[in-house]
Amino acid sequence: MSKITTAQWFKGGSPWIWLSAAAVSVSLIMVFGLLLLIALRGLGFFWPADVLEVKYQQSPTEIITLIGEVQSTETVSAARVHDAGGVVPEGAETVTRLLLKVGNRDISGLDFRWINQHDIIEESRPQDMIVLERREWGNFYGYLKSVKVDGKIVANGDEAWPVFLERLDKTIELFDQIKSIHTGEIGSINYDIEELRLAKRRLELDGVTDTVPYSEVEEQRAKLNKEYQLLQKDLDVLYRNIEKDSVMLVAAGGREIELRLSKVVRGFKPNAMGIPTKSLHYLEKLWEFVSDEPREANTEGGIFPAIFGTVMLVIIMSILVTPLGVIAAVYLREYAKQGPTTRLIRIAVNNLAGVPSIVYGVFGLGFFVYFLGGNIDQLFYAEALPAPTYGTPGILWSALTLALLTLPVVIVATEEGLARIPRSIREGSMALGATKAETLWRIVLPMASPALMTGMILAVARAAGEVAPLMLVGVVKLAPSLPLDLNSPFIHLDRKFMHLGFHIYDVGFQSPNVEAARPLVYATALLLVVVIVALNLTAIWVRNHLREKYKALE
Amino acid sequence: MLTSQKFRLFKDQSFRAIVTMGGNFVIVAILLIFLYLMYVVAPMFESAEAESVATYSVAGSGKTLALAMEEQNEIAMRFTDTAEAVFFSTTTGELVNSFPLALPPKASISSFHMAGTNSSVAAYATDHGQVLLASHQYKVTYPNDKRLITPFIDYPLGQAALQIDPKQQAIVQFTFKLGEEGHSFIARTADGRLILTRFSLEGSALDEDEAELVASTVDLPLPGINIDFILMDEDQRVLYLASHDGEMVQYDISDQDAVSIQQRTHIVKGDRKLKKLTWLTGTISLLVVDSEGVISQWFPVRDEGNHPIPTFIREFDSRGDVTAIAVENARKGFAVVTQQGQLEIFHTTANQQVLEIDADITKPERLVFSPRSNALLLESENGQLHFWTVTNEYPEVSWSSLWGKVWYESYQEPEYIWQSSSSSNDFEPKMSLVPISFGTIKAAFYAMLFAVPLAVLGAMFTAYFMAPKMRRIVKPSIETMEALPTVILGFLAGLWLAPLIEENLPGIFSLLFIMPIAVLFAGWSWTRLPSSVRHRVPDGWEAMLLLPLVVFVLYASLGLSPVLEAQFFGGDMRSWLTNEAGISFDQRNSMVVGIAMGFAVIPTIFSIAEDAIYSVPRSLTHSSLALGATPWQTMWRVVLLTASPGIFSAIMIGFGRAVGETMIVLMATGNTPIMDFNIFEGMRTLSANIAVEVPESEVGSTHYRVLFLAALVLFSFTFFFNTIAELVRQRLRRKYSSL
Repeated sequence: MSKITTAQWFKGGSPWIWLSAAAVSVSLIMVFGLLLLIALRGLGFFWPADVLEVKYQQSPTEIITLIGEVQSTETVSAARVHDAGGVVPEGAETVTRLLLKVGNRDISGLDFRWINQHDIIEESRPQDMIVLERREWGNFYGYLKSVKVDGKIVANGDEAWPVFLERLDKTIELFDQIKSIHTGEIGSINYDIEELRLAKRRLELDGVTDTVPYSEVEEQRAKLNKEYQLLQKDLDVLYRNIEKDSVMLVAAGGREIELRLSKVVRGFKPNAMGIPTKSLHYLEKLWEFVSDEPREANTEGGIFPAIFGTVMLVIIMSILVTPLGVIAAVYLREYAKQGPTTRLIRIAVNNLAGVPSIVYGVFGLGFFVYFLGGNIDQLFYAEALPAPTYGTPGILWSALTLALLTLPVVIVATEEGLARIPRSIREGSMALGATKAETLWRIVLPMASPALMTGMILAVARAAGEVAPLMLVGVVKLAPSLPLDLNSPFIHLDRKFMHLGFHIYDVGFQSPNVEAARPLVYATALLLVVVIVALNLTAIWVRNHLREKYKALE
Repeated sequence: MLTSQKFRLFKDQSFRAIVTMGGNFVIVAILLIFLYLMYVVAPMFESAEAESVATYSVAGSGKTLALAMEEQNEIAMRFTDTAEAVFFSTTTGELVNSFPLALPPKASISSFHMAGTNSSVAAYATDHGQVLLASHQYKVTYPNDKRLITPFIDYPLGQAALQIDPKQQAIVQFTFKLGEEGHSFIARTADGRLILTRFSLEGSALDEDEAELVASTVDLPLPGINIDFILMDEDQRVLYLASHDGEMVQYDISDQDAVSIQQRTHIVKGDRKLKKLTWLTGTISLLVVDSEGVISQWFPVRDEGNHPIPTFIREFDSRGDVTAIAVENARKGFAVVTQQGQLEIFHTTANQQVLEIDADITKPERLVFSPRSNALLLESENGQLHFWTVTNEYPEVSWSSLWGKVWYESYQEPEYIWQSSSSSNDFEPKMSLVPISFGTIKAAFYAMLFAVPLAVLGAMFTAYFMAPKMRRIVKPSIETMEALPTVILGFLAGLWLAPLIEENLPGIFSLLFIMPIAVLFAGWSWTRLPSSVRHRVPDGWEAMLLLPLVVFVLYASLGLSPVLEAQFFGGDMRSWLTNEAGISFDQRNSMVVGIAMGFAVIPTIFSIAEDAIYSVPRSLTHSSLALGATPWQTMWRVVLLTASPGIFSAIMIGFGRAVGETMIVLMATGNTPIMDFNIFEGMRTLSANIAVEVPESEVGSTHYRVLFLAALVLFSFTFFFNTIAELVRQRLRRKYSSL
């Protein structure tokens, strides 16, 4: 083929082909760029970055020392800095700025600070710089001076660090003990006492006048109270022990502060760590992220309750949606008379998949929560009123709402699977004397099971990412207890729960310290994306597998 | 053997029964969503009801000066011209208690006034220029778990009468308002003066008992009309005087030492007479009742010179001779009775009559609402009292208040406004669904602006030009996008994209030009390359070739951004936009939403459009190519034409999705309900509005039901678009199968 002229090139419409190719490229870049962005920001969060100590020209006359991690760098036009009231060196077109995470919120009030690159006089990475993760006020950056027990200094200078680590381990052990007593034993005693209160109220409502059941309740309550007193005594001792240890720290600018070890979660020297130690630290943080509870208004710590809530929600939803969806699909495909009515129903089901999820949320709140839940409370939980049991948003209603939302997905996928099964197979089964039910149950449904699986996986993937309806029917920013625990009846479907998607919204947009929480949001987003993409890829794989299988049959 | 056969048959039958039942149940459940939303919304559009409960003769002695009720509608009371407060049961008329009021000795009552709708204070004026204030109060106790309401009389400013006129002239007519900082009295005296007496609290601010009331009186300039009506607003700043001729004079009395007449307005049509003049709750609007039975609403609207001019807003025709008017306490509604015994209830914001009923009462004289506006007490000429219960839960909702422009109090002109709640008690709810519906369309429009070109062009290339091997990777990748939780897109849009766009505005806009030019240039250059290079890449991999170019162009235009900004926009495009171009700019704006939501709908449109194009029969394209058309000509004239219904339905479904999307708009905009198509400002959409406000709204309230209506609108909207798309798609499928 000889070279075409430019005019021919234009006339033949090739530019349009290139432009449409570019549309595909742009879409691809957006998809993979987005995944890459989330992955990089989410995974980078756990890496212990080096901590810088910089001498900084705050103003022409003032030089200060700043300690912190470099969070990001940006280049902005000089005019913008000037407009914002910043000082710009003569003749500079652009200014490079660093976002420094300086921590020490208790001292400086702010975790983050923008500094101009050109105002940095000197920067260093001292080996003995320490980072303390604390239970409140965010990270501490600075130096360790000494370790104190009962107000007396036990270690100083270079010896302080090993002593600190040793004491910290002990303190954390004590802390865990206190926590396990609080959430475990005391939690279940409180639960039992509440149950007793309700039992008594129930007796009153039933009009029981006999005093025996009342005194039984009182007896049990007295017993529980006694147990509680004992635990409280144990706790007092633990509390006294945990408050003994403290450390003296030096923050940037030479300010000394004392910090109780009970307030410290973790301490490390990032500048002295090699790659292997850092990797280990990284894994430890990653584990904490998925297994621990959130701290500091969800901006630190882990997201375990959110993972747990999401998983449990999705499981309950699957239990509800699968049988309903399959039955509806079997009815539509195998039993209902094919005609305009079924066509209409199919269109309606298809359309429901396009109804905004928030509409389901509104419906769930009005119908499930207030109408169904309210009536259930009147009938079965009258003793707890006016405090609602099921008449308030909770995990059961969320699961039901999502089940309704994902019902079309399951119906459509199952129907597709049923339609793919050749007629000859059904007829063969019937010819051998099987009833229709037997044919369906033994032959058709097992053969359609991969399609059913696909539908379920897609439903789960959709449900896991859906947030808007949950905001109305049961999700909360911080649930005091999981919907599954050791107090009978073990599964508490009336409880509110935490959810990964809502966690992203809440921490990213409702949190008091968005800047500090941002990396955690990226990490949460990454986790959610990984789960959902994995689920979708599985569904695609199952679908392709299924197609291969039936090619042989046809 | 037989039993087992029977059992099998039984199993078959029951299986059928269960599946049929289950199937029908699911279908019913789907219907239920629609029906339930309707069920919640419907009560708003039912008309109000009123029912006569009891009729009885007045209890106690004397003629009634004012009627009132307590919150539970159990006890009513009347102030009489014998200076008594008579409490009686609303349902039976039986006397509960009667209190004589402590008027100063040797004084006789010269006039009476009961403070506005939200206050329980009444005042008697004497012929010695004094005023005694009394308020009716109730104590609620629960002896034996039964509610017992005990009425009593309280004197808010002390038991002694206050000297209003220092010259001790008889007060012929007066009005008053009690406030936190002071109390004002406007009185017309027997010797023809008009005085303003203001009591201010002085002394210890901490201890109320020690605070002392200090009075000061000024004479007001006379209005030059007959004074038949005196009205003062709650803030004690504005005074209206009016005559039966319909002349009204407005005073500014905010400063006692500089009282001035501001406006003179004629407030009735033609030569009609002014029959009644009263405040609407909140003392902003006046209700003017004329002799033809037309009630008009007026409130001050500021003109160019910032003067408040009493302005006619809207009118209601009672079609009768209005003899009494009563104003609701917490809402902007009112009731009237006519000489013919018609009882009518109106709501001003909704601009509607919510009730018209023949009450069959001869010569009604006095009408009053209960504090919760769910009962009316009516006195007719012969001393008969009529107690009515009123069911009127949602008067503020009407077609015009939801979808029309409404002239709200204190606004310059009729507007579409959504503002559902406020801290103030006599707040006028502004429930126009127009701004949030507009926001929904705006968000969807910008999303489609971004998504449609990318998705449709992409679908065209993928389905028709792309190498099959690449298509197998590209299609699932883009479809995976669809599963991405929108909360993640919203989060990235709000926290990453919005600041990025704000920082690099010139760069982002330059992309619109640079990208196509760069792509075209690259395509042209490709034809100029030696064929040995070109043949190494087979046809259909252009998208892959362009990947590095697109990345580079993206990177370059962002890098170019500060340079462009410094060159053309004085270094800061954002402030240039605001200051030079006069366009307001929000960080979280429609552009961010458009990109993020466009991203969310691209896979939907792409996937359906690609299917439609891909399934165009090959015989069509082959014959077109065989006749000498270039691939693009074939695409444009043959393939696209055949597949256009499919592409249309893809766009419809994408639009439906954009309309209903919640999380992205919630997170990527400022959620302000504005009516402006500016790309640099945000919006509030129906869905985001529901997500934000439903958890806070009181169950069963008007607000709650209006939000359900918003959900119903959203539901119907998407259902409509999806159905059209689905029908088009089914027709297309039939067409293909016939080809």
